[in-house]
Amino acid sequence: MFDPEVWIMLGRGLLESLYMTLVSTALAYLLGLPMGIAMVVTDKEGIYPRERFNWILGLIINLFRSIPFLILLIMVLPVTRAIVGTTIGTNATIVPLVIAAAPFIARLVESSLKEVDKGVIEAAQSMGASSMQIITKVLLPEARPSLIVGAAIAVTTILSYSAMAGFVAGGGLGDIAIRYGYHRYQTDIMLVTVVLLVLIVQVLQEAGMRLARLGDKRK
Amino acid sequence: MSDDLPIIKIEGLSKAFQGPDGEFFALEDINLEIKSGEIFGIIGMSGAGKSTLVRCINFLERPTQGTVYFDGQNLSDLTKKELYKIRQSIGMIFQQFNLLMQRNVLGNVCFPLEIAGVEKDQAVERAKELLSMVGLSDKTYAYPSQLSGGQQQRVAIARALATNPKVLLCDEATSALDPATTKDVLMLLKDINKNLGITIVIITHEMKVIEEICNRVAIIDKSRIAEVGSVEEVFTRPKTAAAKRLVFPEEHSIEMVPGKRCCRIVFNGNSSFEPIIAGMVLDFRQPVNILFADTKNIDGKAFGQMVIQLPDNELTASRMMEYLRAKNLTVEEVDGYV
Ligand SMILES: Nc1ncnc2c1ncn2[C@@H]1O[C@H](COP(=O)(O)OP(=O)(O)OP(=O)(O)O)[C@@H](O)[C@H]1O
Ligand SMILES: [Mg+2]
Repeated sequence: MFDPEVWIMLGRGLLESLYMTLVSTALAYLLGLPMGIAMVVTDKEGIYPRERFNWILGLIINLFRSIPFLILLIMVLPVTRAIVGTTIGTNATIVPLVIAAAPFIARLVESSLKEVDKGVIEAAQSMGASSMQIITKVLLPEARPSLIVGAAIAVTTILSYSAMAGFVAGGGLGDIAIRYGYHRYQTDIMLVTVVLLVLIVQVLQEAGMRLARLGDKRK
Repeated sequence: MSDDLPIIKIEGLSKAFQGPDGEFFALEDINLEIKSGEIFGIIGMSGAGKSTLVRCINFLERPTQGTVYFDGQNLSDLTKKELYKIRQSIGMIFQQFNLLMQRNVLGNVCFPLEIAGVEKDQAVERAKELLSMVGLSDKTYAYPSQLSGGQQQRVAIARALATNPKVLLCDEATSALDPATTKDVLMLLKDINKNLGITIVIITHEMKVIEEICNRVAIIDKSRIAEVGSVEEVFTRPKTAAAKRLVFPEEHSIEMVPGKRCCRIVFNGNSSFEPIIAGMVLDFRQPVNILFADTKNIDGKAFGQMVIQLPDNELTASRMMEYLRAKNLTVEEVDGYV
């Protein structure tokens, strides 16, 4: 139905989208995971209560979470240029993606870790576990299934954000959809990109759910 | 360490919580000594402060006031690291077992050893040893969700014993179990106490648990210790109202019978009561009315009390009381309901 060049372009777009999504997710977890852990640990009821710190961190997270992604994309352009040297292409898109996704991931991680039974934490404390041991040996492993579900949500959300970066020539499937579907009225190409995006989301989501269920020993 | 030095000593301990309307004392002026090697029970109604007290013993909760000595050391003096270390000598088990759900049984028992920095091989060996002691060797690789409540509590006991603690704290450890399983778990605890010499502190709201295995008991009522003593003593002759309420809860239903004399007979294990009452009725050829009877089997001896209504005749009544006293029973006259 399309020329081979179109397929090649779509294939490239697919790879670019996956690249942006996966790299951004990994980097965003690098920031968001510690933030989420910090939120739980320093909570009033946490194992290392620090109410002021908790309040400030929560505020920062909320602040970033409330900025719409398209606006954030433009707001951080100077930061992007400073880090990557350019504001277009996949690498440039990773910067705003990470900045937008990290606080979102922090909240996902926070809610997963809060599901861990207080009694189990208390048991670990009664054995003389330090806060760090509780984080690495109790909180994270016990919340694993929920963290994996969270990761599936995070990765699919980041994918859809990455498609929005098409508006600023961010590369990937979103970029193609906007260039052909919006600027040139080639809706068939746009439709194919949408189908591809839907498929990736399905696959990632399903894989995440299965992985979570497989590793869950509570059933 | 000398044997009569208490392993746990609590002095003037209070714990305040920030409640909705100001400070609220969950514990007030608690003084307790728990001897090495005993099974010590702490009983009280819901909300009396039992869990808070037991959490103060390993400093999961820091007392607002007062001191806790463990094995002669003042816990308030310890650094965080030292406190972590000392907690390894204080095992704890809970009502809800609190096992790690994502680890199998072996992993759970290895957990405190991992925390203590014991090498993996050694930890596994020790864990297997403990699992065989609690009779769960065949469940080594099962996950907690695949076990019954009683089995989960056994795993928790094995886990709590992994680091060779001197004391085992049990907070309502049998409250989620059925009576038969409760008995099994209590027997296991008794064996552990006897064979390993581990001091056991049992928190419960059930009399049965205390009767079954404790040597001494403290009654906690509205944030304070109401009474402490041997189980025998406290359960046969409770002194305080709080203790009486716990030991003889049915008493409230005994109605006052005007004009008739009632007396309470206390059985302290020296005799069984049926023949005595029957004998008395035969000897005096006068009926007595049994208003209330409650006996318990403590350590194989009969304990309990009975409230009987004596005949109207003053002389017969006092002679009957003499008769009972002569049989080594504690007899006291009570008015109305007791
Ligand atoms: N962290 C806390 N903050 C505020 N109040 C608390 C806290 N922990 C306990 N309390 C209060 O202290 C009192 C004693 O609680 P505790 O849990 O020690 O009772 P308990 O005797 O163990 O009762 P139960 O048999 O129901 O377990 C209760 O009124 C409870 O609400
Ligand atoms: Mg309690």
